Amino acid sequence: MSETAVKSGVAVEKAPAGSPDSQPQLESWNRPPVIAPEGEGELLEVSMGPHHPSTHGVFRMDVALDGEKVIKLKPVFGYLHRNHEQIAETASYLAMMPYTDRLDYFCSLTNNWAYALAVEKLVGQAVPERAEYIRVILAELTRVQNHASAIGFLIQEMGASGTPLMYAFKMREKILDLFESLTGSRMMCNYMRFGGCRVDVSEPWLAQARKVVEGLPKFVDEYEALLTGNEILMARTQGVGVLRPELAVNAGITGPMLRASGVNYDIRKVDHYGIYDRFKFRVPLGDHGDIFDRYMVRVLEMRESIGILEQALKEVPGGPVMDPKAKIRGFKPKPGEAYGRIEAPKGELGFYLISTGNPEPYRYRVRPPSLINLTVLEDMCLGHNVADVVLIFGSVDIVLGEVDR
Amino acid sequence: MKTVEEIKAAIEAAVPGAGVTILPNGSPSAQHSLLLDTEHAFAVAKFLRDDPELSLDFLSNVTGVDWLDKEVVEKVKVTKQVPKEVDGVQTMVDETVEETRKHVEPGYLEAVYHLFSMKKKYGPVVLRMRTKNRTDEVELPSFTPVWRAGEYQEREVFDLYGIVFKGHPDLRRILMWDGFKDHPMRKDYVEPDDFEYEPTAHDKVLQRHKEHMAKIEAEQGTAGATA
Repeated sequence: MSETAVKSGVAVEKAPAGSPDSQPQLESWNRPPVIAPEGEGELLEVSMGPHHPSTHGVFRMDVALDGEKVIKLKPVFGYLHRNHEQIAETASYLAMMPYTDRLDYFCSLTNNWAYALAVEKLVGQAVPERAEYIRVILAELTRVQNHASAIGFLIQEMGASGTPLMYAFKMREKILDLFESLTGSRMMCNYMRFGGCRVDVSEPWLAQARKVVEGLPKFVDEYEALLTGNEILMARTQGVGVLRPELAVNAGITGPMLRASGVNYDIRKVDHYGIYDRFKFRVPLGDHGDIFDRYMVRVLEMRESIGILEQALKEVPGGPVMDPKAKIRGFKPKPGEAYGRIEAPKGELGFYLISTGNPEPYRYRVRPPSLINLTVLEDMCLGHNVADVVLIFGSVDIVLGEVDR
Repeated sequence: MKTVEEIKAAIEAAVPGAGVTILPNGSPSAQHSLLLDTEHAFAVAKFLRDDPELSLDFLSNVTGVDWLDKEVVEKVKVTKQVPKEVDGVQTMVDETVEETRKHVEPGYLEAVYHLFSMKKKYGPVVLRMRTKNRTDEVELPSFTPVWRAGEYQEREVFDLYGIVFKGHPDLRRILMWDGFKDHPMRKDYVEPDDFEYEPTAHDKVLQRHKEHMAKIEAEQGTAGATA
């Protein structure tokens, strides 16, 4: 962490705002509270990041501190900005599929699915039964490994260097091996297509997947036995970084973070995209909206995902994995637009596409859950110690490839 | 689930004078959108959020779209009075002629909002707003005071498209750095020639390399002449 002591004015400088008299401002309930510094001392501006282990990549927070207390916090983005959306306007629809892997590189398969879903909506493409099952299996495997690693990183930021993260990675490795044997790549899978999947799964692969899924409940039990009752974890996370449900909804927070605040909104249940209406699973909800609830919701979601996996792997039907009528060469959607979204491990991942009848999209937009979940980072951090900022930030679970695009 | 027509009717009943136009969507997704007039847009947004029937409490996605000036060529049938000799007498006779006319439809920047309802579990309701042109009148009302989800996304639209959101509490560049001048997602954006490309055999890169070197040489040539 690079610490620079500067005059107090710099950190709390007011940003240029729209004319306040003519236009309404944020209402008090959805505005970050103003915390007055105590005493006469100078404020310290700490620039956390961009290169810091706790920032999960290149991300910077400008924090104004009064002693140990956070008075103001402004995230600074863009270190990994590569104008992903503009690249799409020069490439064909299919050529963007491998690029979506690089958004949230922990969950490339759910990125693939979200993009495929949006394009399928745009052209009205159906997906064969078998492909739907494979998509669900891969998405839930992705969710399990993402949540396990997210918790691992969170605990690492708490000071438990390595051990819990390595437990998560031990399990993640098995899932990545499955991905590798199916798609040829561990993280950049580039697997889904408009109207199905690229290659079929084999019986040995399914057998291997069943074996891995069989071992998952034991892993979660072990993980929980290590962590959930841990005194340090409880002391550091309970009551820290509380997010009120009404603010969470208003700020567009999605995913485990929203559900930890007690809002029952899971796109798998709401949209029933794919074939999620066929599986029995529950939506875990938190009570307090603090870091501990976010941790707990992720653990419970892993258990529900394992339940979905067990159901899906029992009944994978036969048939093609690609709609034989799907158009691949000369793919030119009719003029129009579509917004497709799925419940990615980090929240609502959406793709918005406008076609003007050309082979490349006129507009391609990613709705990144990681970026939008950071909207309330300041609200959650204000008034807490600087050490808690690292934890609160970790509990949001972001990947910078998706934040900056 | 409410149809766009129902939502339009509800808006017009609640916000007097609001101009709402339904823009049909040709794709099978059938996500039709509502074009709002900028004057009443803020009141409409507030109504959509607070109305217990609609309760669109969740703003999911905010985007900009750049529509360039469009040259429209259309064939118009025009009835003209043409002098004609009928039975040896000069008279004016109506005649229908087909003419091709060209006119330029001015471009605009568009902000697109995708709304959902977490309470009533439906969506998306698509709202759009358009600026008057692409150059100087690029102001739109900000929806961030209504839905805070727009805070970073509107900043991004401002950064990449140059739409100025009035009423946004903290409108700064978000992805590009503060000193950056242009708006890179605009369709007519030209990359600055400030980078020397490796002279590979790759056609596009090679072309850029040649252009860059030609520019450098031209600059050095003029500098040498003045010295």
